[in-house]
Amino acid sequence: MTEIYVVLIAMLAAAVVAIEVKDLLAAAVAMGMVGFSVAIAFILVQAPDLAIVQIVVEILTVVFFAAVILRTTHTDTTVGKRLKQELVFPAVVYGGFALLFMVLACRVFSELPAFGEPVMRVARDYIAIGLQQTGAANLVAAVILDFRAYDTLGEVVVLFTAVVGVLTVVRRLGRKADKKPEEK
Amino acid sequence: MRGMTSIVQTVAGLVAGMLFLYGCYITLHGHLTPGGGFAGGVIVAASFILMSLAFGSVEDSERSSYRFSSFFESLGGLLFLGVGLVGYFAGYAFLNNLWAMVGRPLHLVSGGIIPLANIAIGLKVGAGLWAIFLALGASQYVMKEGP
Repeated sequence: MTEIYVVLIAMLAAAVVAIEVKDLLAAAVAMGMVGFSVAIAFILVQAPDLAIVQIVVEILTVVFFAAVILRTTHTDTTVGKRLKQELVFPAVVYGGFALLFMVLACRVFSELPAFGEPVMRVARDYIAIGLQQTGAANLVAAVILDFRAYDTLGEVVVLFTAVVGVLTVVRRLGRKADKKPEEK
Repeated sequence: MRGMTSIVQTVAGLVAGMLFLYGCYITLHGHLTPGGGFAGGVIVAASFILMSLAFGSVEDSERSSYRFSSFFESLGGLLFLGVGLVGYFAGYAFLNNLWAMVGRPLHLVSGGIIPLANIAIGLKVGAGLWAIFLALGASQYVMKEGP
């Protein structure tokens, strides 16, 4: 338990650093620290499948950010500016709403089962019959590709749509930039 | 995209092959050990991205690898659907697992359609990420040719 609290406090500190620091490269590194702390938290609660994915995706994200920052600009122009007069009222409203939400959430969270003692209604059956029913030793693979294979099919479709969308958007922008000089 | 210094290029050349093999291992052993198609596919894509960042790339190679990645992305999606149809044509529901027919549990060849689906997802995720990286990082070369 103590380790998880240490990791959570490190994540909060890194998140504050990522927002407040003026150098964008330092902000990207602090953001990477948040992501790797999430991976450590996954390992501490014994979810190695998620930890592997989190580590790899975090590495790629930080590399992307670093590559972009090294080719554009290092300085964050929005840090350190004073709050504008017309933004004070929305800030107060949002702060009040967040306070109200927290007060209400306290009552809801007190009803939840304690940390580390989950209610295992469906999972108990999966753990008991997983290997016999699917022949796969990794229970996570058994769940996502056998018991819940339709969910994975939907995920594959979502990923396909995302890739097609990104390629379409980028391609159209590139074409317009190519054509404009010819029209003028 | 321009490449990096010769130190980075040497280390990337040594590491990228091992990264690729590790991604294949994670994908193929997804039904036995932690990992699976998504994690393995991302690692494979990371090995390609490492080579591209270290060595840079010229217009022709980017165009061909863009075609290659979009082909494998579609192939992965169709392969997953095909794996699902196997259960359908064998007389059960769509995406039904035929695990009892081949292999023994706890061995590499086991788990019915689960390893095949892992391979399909690995292909799809790896090629998809690589295509997105090419599109975002090298759009000035790849996207010039319109349909």
